Amino acid sequence: MSNQYARISRESLWDNNIVFAQILGMCPTMAVTSSATNGLGMGLATTAVLLASNMIISSIRNIVSEEVRIPVYIVIIATLVTLVDVSINAWAHDLYKVLGLYIALIVANCAVLGRAEAFAAKNPVLPSGMDGLMMGLGFTFALTTIGAVREIIGAGTLFADAHLLLGQAFSFMELKIIPDYKGFLLMILPPGGFLVLGFLIAAKRVIDRNRAQRAAVAATPAAEPVAS
Amino acid sequence: MSFEKLRSSLAYQGLLLGGTALLTTAALALAARATDADIHEAEARDMKQSFAVVLPGQYDNDLLKDTLTLNGPNGEVTVYRARKAGQVEALVYKVSGNGYAGAVDCIMGVDRNGKITGVRVIKHRETPGLGDKIEAAKSRWIFAFEGKYLGDPPADKWGVKKDGGVFDQFAGATITPRGVVKAVKGGLEFFEKNRAQLLDGSAPQGGTTHE
Repeated sequence: MSNQYARISRESLWDNNIVFAQILGMCPTMAVTSSATNGLGMGLATTAVLLASNMIISSIRNIVSEEVRIPVYIVIIATLVTLVDVSINAWAHDLYKVLGLYIALIVANCAVLGRAEAFAAKNPVLPSGMDGLMMGLGFTFALTTIGAVREIIGAGTLFADAHLLLGQAFSFMELKIIPDYKGFLLMILPPGGFLVLGFLIAAKRVIDRNRAQRAAVAATPAAEPVAS
Repeated sequence: MSFEKLRSSLAYQGLLLGGTALLTTAALALAARATDADIHEAEARDMKQSFAVVLPGQYDNDLLKDTLTLNGPNGEVTVYRARKAGQVEALVYKVSGNGYAGAVDCIMGVDRNGKITGVRVIKHRETPGLGDKIEAAKSRWIFAFEGKYLGDPPADKWGVKKDGGVFDQFAGATITPRGVVKAVKGGLEFFEKNRAQLLDGSAPQGGTTHE
Protein backbone atom coordinates (compact mmCIF):
# COMPACT_ATOMS: atom_id res chain seq x y z
CA MET A 1 0.00 0.00 0.00
CA SER A 2 2.66 2.51 1.01
CA ASN A 3 4.50 1.41 -2.10
CA GLN A 4 1.56 2.64 -4.15
CA TYR A 5 1.65 6.07 -2.49
CA ALA A 6 5.37 6.37 -3.08
CA ARG A 7 4.82 5.57 -6.74
CA ILE A 8 2.00 8.14 -6.98
CA SER A 9 4.23 10.77 -5.41
CA ARG A 10 7.18 10.11 -7.68
CA GLU A 11 4.97 10.04 -10.77
CA SER A 12 3.16 13.26 -9.84
CA LEU A 13 6.08 15.32 -8.62
CA TRP A 14 8.59 14.46 -11.29
CA ASP A 15 8.12 11.65 -13.83
CA ASN A 16 4.67 12.69 -14.96
CA ASN A 17 4.68 16.31 -13.76
CA ILE A 18 1.66 18.20 -15.12
CA VAL A 19 3.73 21.03 -16.58
CA PHE A 20 7.15 19.55 -17.28
CA ALA A 21 6.06 16.13 -18.58
CA GLN A 22 2.36 16.21 -19.52
CA ILE A 23 2.63 19.84 -20.77
CA LEU A 24 -0.91 20.49 -19.52
CA GLY A 25 -2.38 23.56 -17.89
CA MET A 26 -0.39 25.95 -20.06
CA CYS A 27 -2.96 28.75 -19.79
CA PRO A 28 -2.51 29.38 -16.04
CA THR A 29 1.18 28.49 -16.30
CA MET A 30 1.91 31.27 -18.76
CA ALA A 31 -0.47 33.77 -17.23
CA VAL A 32 0.69 33.84 -13.62
CA THR A 33 4.36 32.91 -13.54
CA SER A 34 5.77 36.43 -13.83
CA SER A 35 6.87 36.04 -10.20
CA ALA A 36 7.60 33.14 -7.86
CA THR A 37 4.95 34.29 -5.39
CA ASN A 38 2.22 34.33 -8.03
CA GLY A 39 3.27 30.88 -9.19
CA LEU A 40 3.17 29.57 -5.64
CA GLY A 41 -0.27 31.05 -4.97
CA MET A 42 -1.75 29.73 -8.20
CA GLY A 43 -0.18 26.33 -7.56
CA LEU A 44 -1.64 26.08 -4.07
CA ALA A 45 -5.11 27.14 -5.25
CA THR A 46 -4.95 24.51 -8.00
CA THR A 47 -3.78 21.91 -5.48
CA ALA A 48 -6.83 22.59 -3.31
CA VAL A 49 -9.13 22.15 -6.30
CA LEU A 50 -7.33 19.01 -7.50
CA LEU A 51 -7.42 17.37 -4.08
CA ALA A 52 -11.12 18.10 -3.58
CA SER A 53 -12.17 17.23 -7.14
CA ASN A 54 -10.24 13.95 -7.16
CA MET A 55 -11.74 12.85 -3.83
CA ILE A 56 -15.31 13.84 -4.71
CA ILE A 57 -15.16 12.29 -8.15
CA SER A 58 -13.60 9.13 -6.80
CA SER A 59 -16.28 8.80 -4.13
CA ILE A 60 -19.08 9.01 -6.69
CA ARG A 61 -17.31 7.02 -9.39
CA ASN A 62 -19.69 4.07 -9.07
CA ILE A 63 -22.88 6.05 -9.48
CA VAL A 64 -21.68 8.20 -12.37
CA SER A 65 -22.50 6.58 -15.67
CA GLU A 66 -20.03 6.38 -18.51
CA GLU A 67 -22.28 8.39 -20.83
CA VAL A 68 -22.57 11.63 -18.89
CA ARG A 69 -19.42 11.53 -16.79
CA ILE A 70 -17.71 14.47 -18.52
CA PRO A 71 -20.46 17.06 -17.84
CA VAL A 72 -20.75 15.78 -14.26
CA TYR A 73 -16.99 16.15 -13.68
CA ILE A 74 -16.88 19.58 -15.30
CA VAL A 75 -19.76 20.90 -13.21
CA ILE A 76 -18.12 19.61 -10.03
CA ILE A 77 -14.76 21.13 -10.93
CA ALA A 78 -16.30 24.47 -11.92
CA THR A 79 -18.18 24.55 -8.62
CA LEU A 80 -15.02 23.87 -6.64
CA VAL A 81 -13.15 26.59 -8.48
CA THR A 82 -15.93 29.05 -7.74
CA LEU A 83 -15.85 28.05 -4.07
CA VAL A 84 -12.09 28.65 -3.93
CA ASP A 85 -12.60 31.96 -5.74
CA VAL A 86 -15.20 33.36 -3.31
CA SER A 87 -13.34 32.03 -0.27
CA ILE A 88 -10.10 33.74 -1.25
CA ASN A 89 -11.99 36.92 -2.09
CA ALA A 90 -13.67 36.92 1.31
CA TRP A 91 -10.93 35.70 3.62
CA ALA A 92 -7.64 36.48 1.88
CA HIS A 93 -8.59 39.64 0.05
CA ASP A 94 -5.05 40.94 -0.43
CA LEU A 95 -4.12 37.71 -2.14
CA TYR A 96 -7.27 37.96 -4.24
CA LYS A 97 -6.08 41.30 -5.57
CA VAL A 98 -2.97 39.53 -6.86
CA LEU A 99 -4.50 36.25 -8.04
CA GLY A 100 -8.20 37.03 -8.48
CA LEU A 101 -8.00 37.32 -12.21
CA TYR A 102 -6.38 33.91 -12.52
CA ILE A 103 -8.40 31.75 -10.15
CA ALA A 104 -11.12 31.31 -12.76
CA LEU A 105 -8.42 29.98 -15.10
CA ILE A 106 -8.23 26.80 -13.01
CA VAL A 107 -11.42 25.64 -14.76
CA ALA A 108 -9.54 25.94 -18.03
CA ASN A 109 -6.73 23.82 -16.60
CA CYS A 110 -7.36 20.54 -18.38
CA ALA A 111 -5.03 18.83 -15.89
CA VAL A 112 -7.84 18.87 -13.32
CA LEU A 113 -10.26 17.07 -15.64
CA GLY A 114 -7.36 14.94 -16.81
CA ARG A 115 -6.70 13.62 -13.30
CA ALA A 116 -10.43 13.00 -12.80
CA GLU A 117 -10.55 10.90 -15.94
CA ALA A 118 -7.18 9.19 -15.72
CA PHE A 119 -7.06 8.45 -12.02
CA ALA A 120 -9.99 9.41 -9.77
CA ALA A 121 -12.64 7.67 -11.91
CA LYS A 122 -10.80 4.35 -11.54
CA ASN A 123 -9.34 4.38 -8.05
CA PRO A 124 -10.55 4.49 -4.42
CA VAL A 125 -10.91 7.76 -2.54
CA LEU A 126 -7.63 7.81 -0.61
CA PRO A 127 -5.25 7.08 -3.48
CA SER A 128 -7.24 9.58 -5.58
CA GLY A 129 -6.81 12.22 -2.91
CA MET A 130 -3.11 11.43 -2.78
CA ASP A 131 -2.89 11.70 -6.55
CA GLY A 132 -4.67 15.08 -6.50
CA LEU A 133 -2.47 16.39 -3.72
CA MET A 134 0.78 15.23 -5.29
CA MET A 135 -0.16 16.31 -8.81
CA GLY A 136 -1.07 19.69 -7.34
CA LEU A 137 2.23 19.94 -5.50
CA GLY A 138 4.06 18.98 -8.68
CA PHE A 139 2.17 21.74 -10.47
CA THR A 140 3.03 24.16 -7.66
CA PHE A 141 6.69 23.15 -7.87
CA ALA A 142 6.69 23.76 -11.63
CA LEU A 143 4.93 27.12 -11.44
CA THR A 144 7.12 28.34 -8.59
CA THR A 145 10.28 27.30 -10.44
CA ILE A 146 9.23 29.03 -13.66
CA GLY A 147 8.16 32.09 -11.66
CA ALA A 148 11.42 32.18 -9.74
CA VAL A 149 13.56 32.04 -12.90
CA ARG A 150 11.48 34.71 -14.64
CA GLU A 151 11.48 36.92 -11.56
CA ILE A 152 15.23 36.69 -10.93
CA ILE A 153 16.13 37.41 -14.54
CA GLY A 154 13.28 39.83 -15.15
CA ALA A 155 13.25 41.89 -11.97
CA GLY A 156 16.24 40.81 -9.89
CA THR A 157 14.05 39.79 -6.93
CA LEU A 158 12.75 36.51 -5.55
CA PHE A 159 9.42 35.96 -3.79
CA ALA A 160 8.61 39.67 -3.85
CA ASP A 161 5.31 40.37 -2.01
CA ALA A 162 5.37 36.90 -0.45
CA HIS A 163 3.85 38.40 2.72
CA LEU A 164 0.61 39.05 0.79
CA LEU A 165 0.34 35.34 0.15
CA LEU A 166 1.69 33.78 3.34
CA GLY A 167 1.42 36.51 5.95
CA GLN A 168 3.94 38.88 7.52
CA ALA A 169 5.91 36.03 9.12
CA PHE A 170 7.15 35.04 5.68
CA SER A 171 8.50 38.43 4.62
CA PHE A 172 12.00 37.01 5.19
CA MET A 173 11.52 35.10 1.93
CA GLU A 174 11.48 38.34 -0.03
CA LEU A 175 14.97 38.55 -1.46
CA LYS A 176 16.71 41.04 -3.64
CA ILE A 177 18.98 38.79 -5.68
CA ILE A 178 20.58 41.41 -7.89
CA PRO A 179 20.92 44.89 -6.31
CA ASP A 180 20.31 47.93 -8.53
CA TYR A 181 18.98 45.74 -11.30
CA LYS A 182 17.28 47.59 -14.10
CA GLY A 183 15.07 44.66 -15.03
CA PHE A 184 14.78 42.60 -18.18
CA LEU A 185 11.29 43.21 -19.49
CA LEU A 186 11.12 40.28 -21.91
CA MET A 187 11.16 37.79 -19.04
CA ILE A 188 8.12 39.37 -17.38
CA LEU A 189 6.16 39.47 -20.64
CA PRO A 190 4.57 36.29 -22.08
CA PRO A 191 7.55 35.38 -24.35
CA GLY A 192 9.66 35.02 -21.20
CA GLY A 193 7.24 32.39 -19.96
CA PHE A 194 7.62 30.31 -23.10
CA LEU A 195 11.40 30.72 -23.10
CA VAL A 196 11.81 29.65 -19.47
CA LEU A 197 9.35 26.77 -19.82
CA GLY A 198 11.23 25.51 -22.88
CA PHE A 199 14.58 25.60 -21.14
CA LEU A 200 13.21 23.95 -17.99
CA ILE A 201 11.58 21.10 -19.97
CA ALA A 202 14.87 20.61 -21.78
CA ALA A 203 16.72 20.58 -18.46
CA LYS A 204 14.34 17.96 -17.06
CA ARG A 205 14.92 15.76 -20.10
CA VAL A 206 18.67 16.04 -19.69
CA ILE A 207 18.42 15.08 -16.03
CA ASP A 208 16.11 12.16 -16.84
CA ARG A 209 18.41 10.89 -19.56
CA ASN A 210 21.47 11.08 -17.36
CA ARG A 211 19.63 9.21 -14.63
CA ALA A 212 18.44 6.56 -17.07
CA GLN A 213 21.95 6.08 -18.39
CA ARG A 214 23.39 5.76 -14.92
CA ALA A 215 20.76 3.23 -13.93
CA ALA A 216 20.71 1.47 -17.24
CA VAL A 217 20.12 -1.84 -15.54
CA ALA A 218 16.85 -0.81 -13.94
CA ALA A 219 13.89 -0.59 -16.27
CA THR A 220 12.36 2.88 -16.56
CA PRO A 221 9.03 3.17 -14.71
CA ALA A 222 6.07 2.58 -16.97
CA ALA A 223 4.56 5.92 -17.88
CA GLU A 224 0.94 6.50 -17.09
CA PRO A 225 -1.26 7.17 -20.12
CA VAL A 226 -1.30 10.91 -20.77
CA ALA A 227 -4.70 12.50 -20.43
CA SER A 228 -5.80 14.80 -23.17
CA MET B 1 -32.75 -5.16 -12.13
CA SER B 2 -29.07 -4.71 -11.46
CA PHE B 3 -27.56 -1.32 -10.75
CA GLU B 4 -25.36 -1.59 -13.85
CA LYS B 5 -28.44 -1.90 -16.04
CA LEU B 6 -30.19 0.97 -14.31
CA ARG B 7 -27.07 3.08 -14.67
CA SER B 8 -27.14 2.86 -18.43
CA SER B 9 -30.85 3.65 -18.77
CA LEU B 10 -31.84 6.97 -20.31
CA ALA B 11 -33.77 8.27 -17.31
CA TYR B 12 -30.76 7.71 -15.05
CA GLN B 13 -28.64 10.11 -17.13
CA GLY B 14 -31.16 12.91 -16.75
CA LEU B 15 -31.54 12.28 -13.04
CA LEU B 16 -27.79 12.19 -12.53
CA LEU B 17 -27.21 15.46 -14.38
CA GLY B 18 -30.13 17.09 -12.63
CA GLY B 19 -28.97 15.87 -9.25
CA THR B 20 -25.44 17.12 -9.87
CA ALA B 21 -26.73 20.52 -10.93
CA LEU B 22 -28.99 20.71 -7.89
CA LEU B 23 -26.23 19.83 -5.42
CA THR B 24 -23.60 22.11 -6.95
CA THR B 25 -26.05 25.03 -7.18
CA ALA B 26 -26.96 24.54 -3.54
CA ALA B 27 -23.27 24.54 -2.59
CA LEU B 28 -22.70 27.75 -4.54
CA ALA B 29 -25.73 29.45 -3.03
CA LEU B 30 -24.54 28.58 0.46
CA ALA B 31 -21.01 29.79 -0.30
CA ALA B 32 -22.33 33.06 -1.75
CA ARG B 33 -24.31 33.60 1.46
CA ALA B 34 -21.39 32.78 3.71
CA THR B 35 -18.91 35.04 1.93
CA ASP B 36 -21.09 37.95 0.81
CA ALA B 37 -20.67 40.06 3.95
CA ASP B 38 -16.92 39.48 4.14
CA ILE B 39 -16.43 40.35 0.47
CA HIS B 40 -18.37 43.59 0.85
CA GLU B 41 -16.40 44.45 3.95
CA ALA B 42 -13.09 43.77 2.19
CA GLU B 43 -14.10 45.94 -0.75
CA ALA B 44 -15.17 48.75 1.53
CA ARG B 45 -11.81 48.46 3.32
CA ASP B 46 -10.05 48.74 -0.05
CA MET B 47 -11.98 51.90 -0.85
CA LYS B 48 -11.16 53.41 2.53
CA GLN B 49 -7.49 52.64 2.06
CA SER B 50 -7.44 54.36 -1.31
CA PHE B 51 -9.31 57.34 0.19
CA ALA B 52 -6.68 57.66 2.90
CA VAL B 53 -3.94 57.68 0.28
CA VAL B 54 -5.36 60.37 -2.02
CA LEU B 55 -6.84 62.40 0.81
CA PRO B 56 -4.45 62.77 3.73
CA GLY B 57 -5.80 64.28 6.92
CA GLN B 58 -8.60 63.64 9.35
CA TYR B 59 -12.24 63.92 8.46
CA ASP B 60 -15.15 63.30 10.75
CA ASN B 61 -17.61 61.51 8.49
CA ASP B 62 -17.83 58.18 6.71
CA LEU B 63 -16.97 58.96 3.11
CA LEU B 64 -18.46 55.74 1.83
CA LYS B 65 -21.88 56.80 3.07
CA ASP B 66 -21.67 60.45 2.04
CA THR B 67 -21.88 60.36 -1.71
CA LEU B 68 -23.20 62.52 -4.51
CA THR B 69 -23.81 61.35 -8.06
CA LEU B 70 -23.26 63.86 -10.86
CA ASN B 71 -22.89 63.71 -14.61
CA GLY B 72 -19.22 63.83 -15.45
CA PRO B 73 -17.18 63.71 -18.65
CA ASN B 74 -17.72 59.94 -19.13
CA GLY B 75 -21.09 59.28 -17.61
CA GLU B 76 -22.10 59.41 -14.00
CA VAL B 77 -19.48 60.08 -11.35
CA THR B 78 -19.93 59.07 -7.75
CA VAL B 79 -18.33 61.71 -5.56
CA TYR B 80 -17.37 60.88 -1.97
CA ARG B 81 -17.43 63.92 0.31
CA ALA B 82 -15.08 64.43 3.24
CA ARG B 83 -16.35 66.80 5.90
CA LYS B 84 -15.14 68.59 8.99
CA ALA B 85 -17.89 69.83 11.29
CA GLY B 86 -20.45 69.38 8.54
CA GLN B 87 -18.63 71.48 5.95
CA VAL B 88 -17.40 69.74 2.81
CA GLU B 89 -13.61 70.02 2.91
CA ALA B 90 -12.55 67.71 0.12
CA LEU B 91 -13.88 65.31 -2.49
CA VAL B 92 -12.77 61.98 -3.86
CA TYR B 93 -13.88 60.57 -7.17
CA LYS B 94 -12.80 58.27 -9.96
CA VAL B 95 -11.64 59.44 -13.34
CA SER B 96 -10.73 57.35 -16.32
CA GLY B 97 -8.30 57.94 -19.16
CA ASN B 98 -7.32 56.08 -22.31
CA GLY B 99 -4.01 54.32 -22.01
CA TYR B 100 -2.10 52.19 -24.46
CA ALA B 101 -4.04 49.02 -23.63
CA GLY B 102 -7.47 50.28 -22.65
CA ALA B 103 -8.87 52.32 -19.82
CA VAL B 104 -6.70 53.57 -16.98
CA ASP B 105 -8.84 54.10 -13.91
CA CYS B 106 -7.64 56.59 -11.34
CA ILE B 107 -8.96 57.88 -8.08
CA MET B 108 -8.28 61.51 -7.21
CA GLY B 109 -8.76 63.71 -4.19
CA VAL B 110 -9.46 67.45 -4.53
CA ASP B 111 -9.74 69.95 -1.69
CA ARG B 112 -12.39 72.67 -1.56
CA ASN B 113 -10.11 75.13 -3.37
CA GLY B 114 -9.73 72.81 -6.33
CA LYS B 115 -6.20 71.70 -5.44
CA ILE B 116 -5.29 68.07 -5.98
CA THR B 117 -4.51 66.25 -2.74
CA GLY B 118 -3.48 63.05 -4.47
CA VAL B 119 -3.98 60.79 -7.47
CA ARG B 120 -3.54 57.02 -7.68
CA VAL B 121 -4.05 54.58 -10.50
CA ILE B 122 -6.37 51.83 -9.32
CA LYS B 123 -6.69 49.71 -12.44
CA HIS B 124 -4.81 49.51 -15.71
CA ARG B 125 -3.45 47.04 -18.24
CA GLU B 126 -0.43 48.99 -19.45
CA THR B 127 2.78 47.23 -20.42
CA PRO B 128 4.75 46.05 -17.37
CA GLY B 129 8.06 47.88 -17.18
CA LEU B 130 7.01 50.66 -19.56
CA GLY B 131 3.55 52.04 -18.92
CA ASP B 132 3.23 50.80 -15.38
CA LYS B 133 5.38 53.64 -14.03
CA ILE B 134 2.05 55.37 -13.43
CA GLU B 135 1.72 53.13 -10.36
CA ALA B 136 2.86 54.70 -7.12
CA ALA B 137 4.68 51.47 -6.23
CA LYS B 138 6.82 51.62 -9.38
CA SER B 139 7.68 55.28 -9.74
CA ARG B 140 7.25 58.73 -8.15
CA TRP B 141 5.59 60.06 -11.29
CA ILE B 142 2.01 60.11 -10.04
CA PHE B 143 3.01 62.33 -7.10
CA ALA B 144 3.70 65.21 -9.51
CA PHE B 145 -0.01 66.01 -9.47
CA GLU B 146 -0.12 66.83 -5.78
CA GLY B 147 -0.89 70.50 -5.10
CA LYS B 148 -1.64 71.22 -8.75
CA TYR B 149 -4.87 72.90 -9.89
CA LEU B 150 -6.30 74.44 -13.04
CA GLY B 151 -4.11 77.54 -13.30
CA ASP B 152 -0.95 75.93 -11.97
CA PRO B 153 0.08 74.84 -14.50
CA PRO B 154 -2.12 76.93 -16.85
CA ALA B 155 -4.69 75.00 -18.83
CA ASP B 156 -2.61 74.75 -22.01
CA LYS B 157 0.33 73.31 -20.04
CA TRP B 158 -1.74 70.43 -18.64
CA GLY B 159 -0.08 67.82 -20.78
CA VAL B 160 3.05 65.73 -21.08
CA LYS B 161 6.28 67.52 -22.10
CA LYS B 162 6.11 66.11 -25.61
CA ASP B 163 2.80 67.96 -26.07
CA GLY B 164 4.22 71.19 -24.64
CA GLY B 165 3.00 70.51 -21.10
CA VAL B 166 4.81 70.26 -17.78
CA PHE B 167 4.42 66.56 -16.91
CA ASP B 168 7.12 64.01 -17.70
CA GLN B 169 6.51 61.18 -20.11
CA PHE B 170 8.40 57.90 -19.80
CA ALA B 171 11.04 56.60 -22.17
CA GLY B 172 9.14 54.32 -24.50
CA ALA B 173 5.70 55.21 -23.20
CA THR B 174 3.99 58.50 -23.97
CA ILE B 175 0.42 57.36 -24.50
CA THR B 176 -0.01 56.10 -20.94
CA PRO B 177 1.04 59.30 -19.07
CA ARG B 178 -0.80 61.40 -21.66
CA GLY B 179 -3.98 59.49 -20.88
CA VAL B 180 -3.54 59.92 -17.14
CA VAL B 181 -2.81 63.66 -17.40
CA LYS B 182 -5.88 64.12 -19.58
CA ALA B 183 -8.03 62.18 -17.13
CA VAL B 184 -6.81 64.23 -14.16
CA LYS B 185 -7.35 67.48 -16.05
CA GLY B 186 -10.86 66.28 -16.91
CA GLY B 187 -11.40 65.59 -13.22
CA LEU B 188 -10.43 69.15 -12.30
CA GLU B 189 -12.66 70.59 -15.01
CA PHE B 190 -15.48 68.49 -13.60
CA PHE B 191 -14.80 70.03 -10.19
CA GLU B 192 -14.83 73.59 -11.56
CA LYS B 193 -18.03 73.02 -13.50
CA ASN B 194 -19.92 71.58 -10.54
CA ARG B 195 -18.08 73.45 -7.78
CA ALA B 196 -21.11 75.06 -6.13
CA GLN B 197 -23.03 71.84 -5.98
CA LEU B 198 -20.08 69.74 -4.86
CA LEU B 199 -19.25 72.00 -1.95
CA ASP B 200 -22.86 72.52 -0.90
CA GLY B 201 -22.90 70.38 2.19
CA SER B 202 -26.61 70.79 2.80
CA ALA B 203 -27.53 68.04 0.34
CA PRO B 204 -28.88 65.09 2.27
CA GLN B 205 -26.39 62.40 3.12
CA GLY B 206 -26.70 59.21 1.17
CA GLY B 207 -26.63 60.88 -2.19
CA THR B 208 -28.79 62.79 -4.60
CA THR B 209 -28.91 62.55 -8.34
CA HIS B 210 -28.58 65.59 -10.50
CA GLU B 211 -29.50 65.47 -14.14
